[in-house]
Amino acid sequence: MAMETILTVTGLHKSFGPIEVLRGIDLSVARGETVVILGGSGSGKSTLLRCINLLERPTSGMIEMEGEQIGRPGAALGQIAYKEKDLARFRTRIGMVFQQFNLFPHLSVRENVSIGQRRVLGRDRRKADERAMIQLEQVGLATKADSYPHQLSGGQQQRVAIARALAMDPAVMLFDEATSALDPELVGEVLTTMRGLREAGMTMLIVTHELGFAYHIADRVVFLDKGLVYEEGTPQEVIMNPHQPRTQDFMHGHTMFRLPDAADGRVY
Amino acid sequence: MAYEWQFAPVFRYAGLLWQGVLGTLMLTGTALLLALPLGLVLALLRLGKVPVLGRVAVIYIEFFRLSAAIVLLYWFYFAFPVLFDLTLDPFSAALLAIGLQAAAFYAEVFRAGLQSVPPGQWDAARAIGMKRAEALRSIILPQALRNTVPVFLARLVDLIKTSALAATIAYPDVVYAAMRVASQTYRPIETFTVLGAGFFIVIFCLSQASRRLEKRLAVGR
Amino acid sequence: MSYAWDFSFLPHYSLVLLRALGSTLKLAAICLAAGFILGCVFAAARTSRYVVLRLLAGAYVELFRNVPAIVLLFWFFYTIPLMTGIGNDRFLTAAIAFSLYAGAYFTEIIRSGIEAVDPGQWLAARALGFTPGALFRDIILPQAIKKMMPALANESIEVVKLTTVAATVAYPELLYTAKLLSDTEYRPVEAYTTVAGVLLIALLPMTLLLFRLERGMRRSG
Repeated sequence: MAMETILTVTGLHKSFGPIEVLRGIDLSVARGETVVILGGSGSGKSTLLRCINLLERPTSGMIEMEGEQIGRPGAALGQIAYKEKDLARFRTRIGMVFQQFNLFPHLSVRENVSIGQRRVLGRDRRKADERAMIQLEQVGLATKADSYPHQLSGGQQQRVAIARALAMDPAVMLFDEATSALDPELVGEVLTTMRGLREAGMTMLIVTHELGFAYHIADRVVFLDKGLVYEEGTPQEVIMNPHQPRTQDFMHGHTMFRLPDAADGRVY
Repeated sequence: MAYEWQFAPVFRYAGLLWQGVLGTLMLTGTALLLALPLGLVLALLRLGKVPVLGRVAVIYIEFFRLSAAIVLLYWFYFAFPVLFDLTLDPFSAALLAIGLQAAAFYAEVFRAGLQSVPPGQWDAARAIGMKRAEALRSIILPQALRNTVPVFLARLVDLIKTSALAATIAYPDVVYAAMRVASQTYRPIETFTVLGAGFFIVIFCLSQASRRLEKRLAVGR
Repeated sequence: MSYAWDFSFLPHYSLVLLRALGSTLKLAAICLAAGFILGCVFAAARTSRYVVLRLLAGAYVELFRNVPAIVLLFWFFYTIPLMTGIGNDRFLTAAIAFSLYAGAYFTEIIRSGIEAVDPGQWLAARALGFTPGALFRDIILPQAIKKMMPALANESIEVVKLTTVAATVAYPELLYTAKLLSDTEYRPVEAYTTVAGVLLIALLPMTLLLFRLERGMRRSG
């Protein structure tokens, strides 16, 4: 199966002061692949996502996406003077969905989805609004286009956040614990949306706690421990039959994980 | 600018300035003695069960908060005596103007403090049989005061700054003393520089103390 | 009340009073505008990457917030002629002193407004690829301004009240005019009460605006 590699991370290190959170991550993601990143707290999974779209500057290492390269393996990123402006450009190819949604409260739903297109990509208002409506249709919120974020439920806000990221035509979508801040009954609608994205062929990197969802949606699972890739493989391998001891501890420790059961009526 | 700074003459009159400081302290101190209890009463009235009294308190508070301090000073010194056919010395006029206004500001401080205590505390206090007054004294007020220390100190700083205006009605505070020293030494720039520095040091220390207290109280939560 | 109120002399002076109100508003407007600009400049300095700028701005804020306005006014009254050769311009003295004073307060208001914007907003905008300039302009600033509005309205009210202190250097605003009136007509009660009333009425629209802003803030959180 020849899959084109779209994103490569090489030798990624990230320290916050004296604490080294990422100790040399190597990862490649193929176009259309859905990779789920699992790990305990402090394993570095959120930090990894934020380094990939350069919200955090890696201490050293390289990130390569669609041929464009940031950093050099082995070289400290700080040695190369990247201006925030250059990094901003890099970020337009990567979409991110946050745990806290972070919608812009002073803008309507439609404006939230269109402002990035207009200010960053330079699309004119009409095209941006049209595109915004298309994205909102895709996540099922076209009727709320003129509402404001505080009028929506958590699940709706997160779906708008997904639409906002998609409107930028990213090559890769990053999901940083997208459902962790949601009430349980709202989680399903977001997961359904993410599943729809996967079926449409989007390349996705997902950090999540929902093991059941991870099992169903992932093409590949990466288990992070103490800032390194500890175990990697198919969902069947890593989640159901982990080889490594710490992975086993983690999977068994998650008593919320239920065996996938098609008859249980859950949305996955 | 070839101005020759000469601070020596100013310091020769240090005694006069010091008397002014005492005057400021006297005014600020007595104004607090008036403002704090009155402010507390106003806050309690405002939060209390009697709507009429509550509204009176609100009117008082909003009126004095909106008034310019120096206008109040002039009014109490020039208009008030004529209105009620009394004589009022500068101290009393200043005390009334500054104290009554400060009471309004402190009323808001106390109100915020009282409202910051979770309502469950009242329930708990009364559930063990305390009467309202006792609950207020031993449960509610201590918590309310603790929450408002930084704002309290900020208002105190405001009070000190406002008291500087009392010189305009010839109350012998430190500003008034500085005016006299300036005219005696013919060195107004140095005199007022010293005056400014003096205020700065005192108020800056108070602000710093307030900020540090705020941090320490926030940790204890 | 045994006092016989007599406002009959007022209409004769209505033009004088109107002009005094104009002077009050003119001084207030200049100080608000200049103070706001100073506030923006120093708020930027306060949050800049360069330590020197942060310290300088911090010194400015501390200096002008910890010294009473009247002391600043007197200081500038004597030093401005020296620095600029312009002697005895009451408006200039008051404008400079009070603009700098207001600027210190505006600096803190603007800075808090920006810092009050949820950090997640910066993250989301950067994730979309916003450059720092566009980010600040389209995402942060609109939200910051909304958060600042009540404090800005409040400070504006304070600046208007502050203009009354300029009476001490004989700037012909409302309070000074009241004193002139009172001395001329021997009716301090009516003169000072009228001026106090005029000031309150002038502040009324701003207070209503403040009220509505505060309510709006509480609703949208």
